[in-house]
Amino acid sequence: MTVVEQPRHFCALGAQQTVLAIERAIPILHAGPGCSSKLFGGMSFGAGYQGSGYAGGSAVPCTNTGEQEVIFGGEDRLRQVIDGTLQVMDGDLFVVLTGCTAEIVGDDVAQVVGEYQSRGLPIVHAETGGFKGTSYQGHELVASAIISQLLKPAPQIIEGLVNVWSVVPYQDPFWGGDLEALHGLLAGIGLTPNVLFGFGSGGLAAWRKVPAAQFNLLVSPWVGLGIVQQLQEQFGTPFLHYPVFPIGARETSHFLKDVGQYAGLPEATVSAFIETQEAAFYHYLERASDFFLEFRYDLPGRFFTVADSLYALGISRFLVNDLGLLPGQQFVTDDPPVEHRDLIAGQFASLGPNVTAGVTFTPDGGTVIRELRAYRHLHQPLIIGSSWDKDIAVELDGYHLSIGIPVRDRLILDRSYAGYRGGLRLAEDIYAAILGSYQ
Amino acid sequence: MKLNLDNAEVEIRERRLGAITGYCGTAGDLYRQSKSGLLKEQERPFSQCTSCSSVTAICQLSMIQDAAVVNHAPLGCAGDFCEFNFCNRTGQVKRGLRLKNANLISSNLREEEIIYGGAAKLEEAVREAKERFQPRVIFITASCASGIIGDDLQGLSELLSEELGLPVIPVFCEGFRSRVWATGFDAAFHAILSRVVKPARQKQPDLINVINFWGEDIFSDLFGKIGLKPNYVVPFTTVDQLERLSEAAATVQVCSTLGTYLAAGLEQQFGVPEVKAPPPYGISGTDAWLRELGRIVGRSPQVEQLISDARESIAPELDELRQTLKDRTVFVSAGAVHGHSIICLLRELGLHVLGGCVWHHDQWFDNRDARADSLDHLISHYGDVDFGICNKQNFELVNLLNRLRPDLFIVRHHGMAVWGGKLGIPTFLIGDEHFGLGYQGLLNYGRKIADTLSNPALVKNLAEHTRLPYTNWWLNQEPYAFLEGRRQS
Repeated sequence: MTVVEQPRHFCALGAQQTVLAIERAIPILHAGPGCSSKLFGGMSFGAGYQGSGYAGGSAVPCTNTGEQEVIFGGEDRLRQVIDGTLQVMDGDLFVVLTGCTAEIVGDDVAQVVGEYQSRGLPIVHAETGGFKGTSYQGHELVASAIISQLLKPAPQIIEGLVNVWSVVPYQDPFWGGDLEALHGLLAGIGLTPNVLFGFGSGGLAAWRKVPAAQFNLLVSPWVGLGIVQQLQEQFGTPFLHYPVFPIGARETSHFLKDVGQYAGLPEATVSAFIETQEAAFYHYLERASDFFLEFRYDLPGRFFTVADSLYALGISRFLVNDLGLLPGQQFVTDDPPVEHRDLIAGQFASLGPNVTAGVTFTPDGGTVIRELRAYRHLHQPLIIGSSWDKDIAVELDGYHLSIGIPVRDRLILDRSYAGYRGGLRLAEDIYAAILGSYQ
Repeated sequence: MKLNLDNAEVEIRERRLGAITGYCGTAGDLYRQSKSGLLKEQERPFSQCTSCSSVTAICQLSMIQDAAVVNHAPLGCAGDFCEFNFCNRTGQVKRGLRLKNANLISSNLREEEIIYGGAAKLEEAVREAKERFQPRVIFITASCASGIIGDDLQGLSELLSEELGLPVIPVFCEGFRSRVWATGFDAAFHAILSRVVKPARQKQPDLINVINFWGEDIFSDLFGKIGLKPNYVVPFTTVDQLERLSEAAATVQVCSTLGTYLAAGLEQQFGVPEVKAPPPYGISGTDAWLRELGRIVGRSPQVEQLISDARESIAPELDELRQTLKDRTVFVSAGAVHGHSIICLLRELGLHVLGGCVWHHDQWFDNRDARADSLDHLISHYGDVDFGICNKQNFELVNLLNRLRPDLFIVRHHGMAVWGGKLGIPTFLIGDEHFGLGYQGLLNYGRKIADTLSNPALVKNLAEHTRLPYTNWWLNQEPYAFLEGRRQS
């Protein structure tokens, strides 16, 4: 694995943000003193100024591993902090996460947490030592831990109930809005979505319903595949893997048809919903088209995404298939495991009927800069990435929009790029960045 | 106390400065216990996340414009890169420097390196840093992981220095080594003092080193009045500037929690006198600070003139502000010395300070000089105050605020302010450490407080519509109940 300049994701312990995205869940870190606050800065504040929320930021319980625990082991210290957490913190679910120190030292965290589990407490643990993987993998580890350590088979499957696995909370700065949008789309065609993270998602009670779902829906190129496979093995729940994050009308309609068909929904219901949504989308697209077609100054000639596979692919397909733009090189930053890269590269190879894009897999901003400098830019480039990419955009006389960590030049509340409305938002934001550079 | 610059590693504050992270009582009692040698660290069985030396080391090193920092760590330890990059860019704009991203790179340690060692990854990262940034100096900041697996940063740095033809300097700031994350400042300064600063070629009698973070440039004007000019360190400097820190006529600091090691090191090793005085916040502190500076550089008459002019010019508005703010209650939470400074400032403005808590406490500073004891200054000029050392423990702070319900909460550390807001307490954080400094700082703070108190709409909304993540049980305990020895069964 390469060295990384300009990081756009972090280590497996970034999973603390996944825990915080579950309503009334409390992470308990068995880690060094600075891990939590660094990750909070990088993933939450660095994601468009999302803050502590209910129990994040400086409220996160942590053993703050010191020399003592490194030398003599930290299991007793962990017990103290768990005991304190149960007294002090008002939560429904507790997730113990290990950092590098505890894992290198070899603390038996499963044993310690097992003592509390045997008392019937809603507590699980995940091995999220920073060196074990990325924040994407940390997210999977937390979900997997809750599923294997807490969930029981459902007495009965609930028809229409679908667990939604998609964006990684905070790692996707728009995760809150995106999950609400996916919820809205799926409810629109008649399903009962269980999105598990974010506002109104239901916390532990929603997680307990996971085994009762009719199916699991994975909307992501690769993150979460392990989760839905685990659920299939553990509870026999089938899953649909839709690898493209739906942005704009083309992809979203395709997505809803696929889901509707898989779920066995009446085609008429699905089509009726799609029709109303498309009507609104094209109504606004039509009005913007004077601008698209006759703006007398420069608009970007090629777009370049520097984003995780979910966004790089979702945005590329939207810009190609809904707005008719042309791609330059696309940079996929989330370090997908090798076995998933062919699928992702294949998607970029067939973005539209006659449109293909080259793809570079790298988490390293320095590599992105080298390739962007070497690219033969015949047009002004549009670089859709993070706050890191502003410099290279200026150097190449291009346009720039931050959509991935770090986003330090925008405030993000509930904005979403998912679905029909999400496509409109993305178009607004891209052209706001372009027009804002004029005067 | 003589600093040992020959060692590769800085001695941690627990051992060097008698630093502790748990206490509750009063400022006066804390001071007396510190002086009597009886003060002891108090443990907390329950704790929340704090910060670490890696953050503070990177904080100081990442904004040296022509240096590079290689963080030898797993990728999560680079979580603060974007924060310091933002800080760096904001400072570049304010100071007219070239706008560009900070020169930061992570060696991205993974499982393989944890098992077999991270030397190859580190070498790659350092070579890439040279190639990409063309720096004058490369700092390698250590991490918990690199420290525990025992990568030989010292040896590797020497080999890489030779290979690349530039100083490659290890900075030992592993998070687990010290509870006091300000130790990371010392680690960064240790690296600068021992490997970057050179003996003075020519003294510059009007140049004053100002150890600070990223505050507005107020010293050009202030020092200009007495014929001096500031040399801000360390953020936004160049390596050349750091090499010549020895040429200055004196070193001042706005907060000795930050600058204790660098100021003492410059005096001991390079003969640059350190201005040993209370921090320049509030009238008496500012008077003493300026007078000591004037004495050292031989400009006492000019300083006396400056003091009387400034005091006269702020007097009318200061009186008005004191009337407006009279008897309003306030609670303060900040880094140690800056916390003392803010309390002085607030008392000067006539507010009723209900208490304060700071992240840690150094029982003495590297200069061991009583004149620079900010806690002593606070007590002797402004009286005693309820005081705790909360080590950024959110549960203690929220409990305290919930009980005290001050009219105002002033905090200085990120991730803390919102907790005042959730309780409906008008709250602010001033990131610019110069905002409250000096005579003008009193007016700045006074106006800011008056503004904050005049429209508490946001915090009222928050209090009405959010819940605290703490149990009622906890909110009904004593705030420091978890401190060892205070725990009620």
